[in-house]
Amino acid sequence: MSEAKKFLYVNRRAPYGTIYALESLEVVLIGAAFDQDVSLAFIDDGVFQIAKGQDTKSLGVKNFSPTYRALGDYGVTKLYVEKESLAERGLTEDDLMPIIYEDENDNFAEKPSLIFVDRAEMAKMMSEQDIVLSF
Amino acid sequence: MPTLHMVNKSPFERNALQSCLAHALDGDGVLLFEDGVYGAIKGSSVSGDVEGKGGVKIYVLGADLGARGIESGRLIEGITVVDYPGFVDLVTSHDRSQSWL
Repeated sequence: MSEAKKFLYVNRRAPYGTIYALESLEVVLIGAAFDQDVSLAFIDDGVFQIAKGQDTKSLGVKNFSPTYRALGDYGVTKLYVEKESLAERGLTEDDLMPIIYEDENDNFAEKPSLIFVDRAEMAKMMSEQDIVLSF
Repeated sequence: MPTLHMVNKSPFERNALQSCLAHALDGDGVLLFEDGVYGAIKGSSVSGDVEGKGGVKIYVLGADLGARGIESGRLIEGITVVDYPGFVDLVTSHDRSQSWL
């Protein structure tokens, strides 16, 4: 098999106003079956996707936010979050869901999946990808 | 390893162009098409952001300009107008394409 490619999924939309966030998550889960080197980026309104305390009962739509916490089980363990996007929206790291994964190469130690980066670091990370898929 | 950034939304409706410019690196290209071409007009509230990215080459799709009645004289200085084959050339001459929806 050829070497794994670096796939980046860029999330720039809030979760329930449009279908983008849910569609992105679906594609990430499907793509996870292909053993690629997957990263997710949350910038602009995309950071709202991983806000904690989401409750859609009154809305009558599925709350898909717990799915982000399951990504680690699919080998998706790098979720880059842009600090400026959080700050612009009055959010801090504490306003996000804790998302962790079990590192199978380190005796299944629990490690954080969220990686907080500034805009310049985000730009550099994007420039190192083979494939960029935007939502 | 230059990236071709593609923007198809008006900068007056969405922040796609602004976010794209904030993440584009020197040597990258930005192609404006569909409603993204409104970002190529000089003298607008966003034209300063476009002019400020000196290390980034800005391209705009001529067919979308024509459809919207935007003549080349109204474009920001230094922007290159491309046709559809030019669009394809841009995609193949960059290492990756990134859409800003």
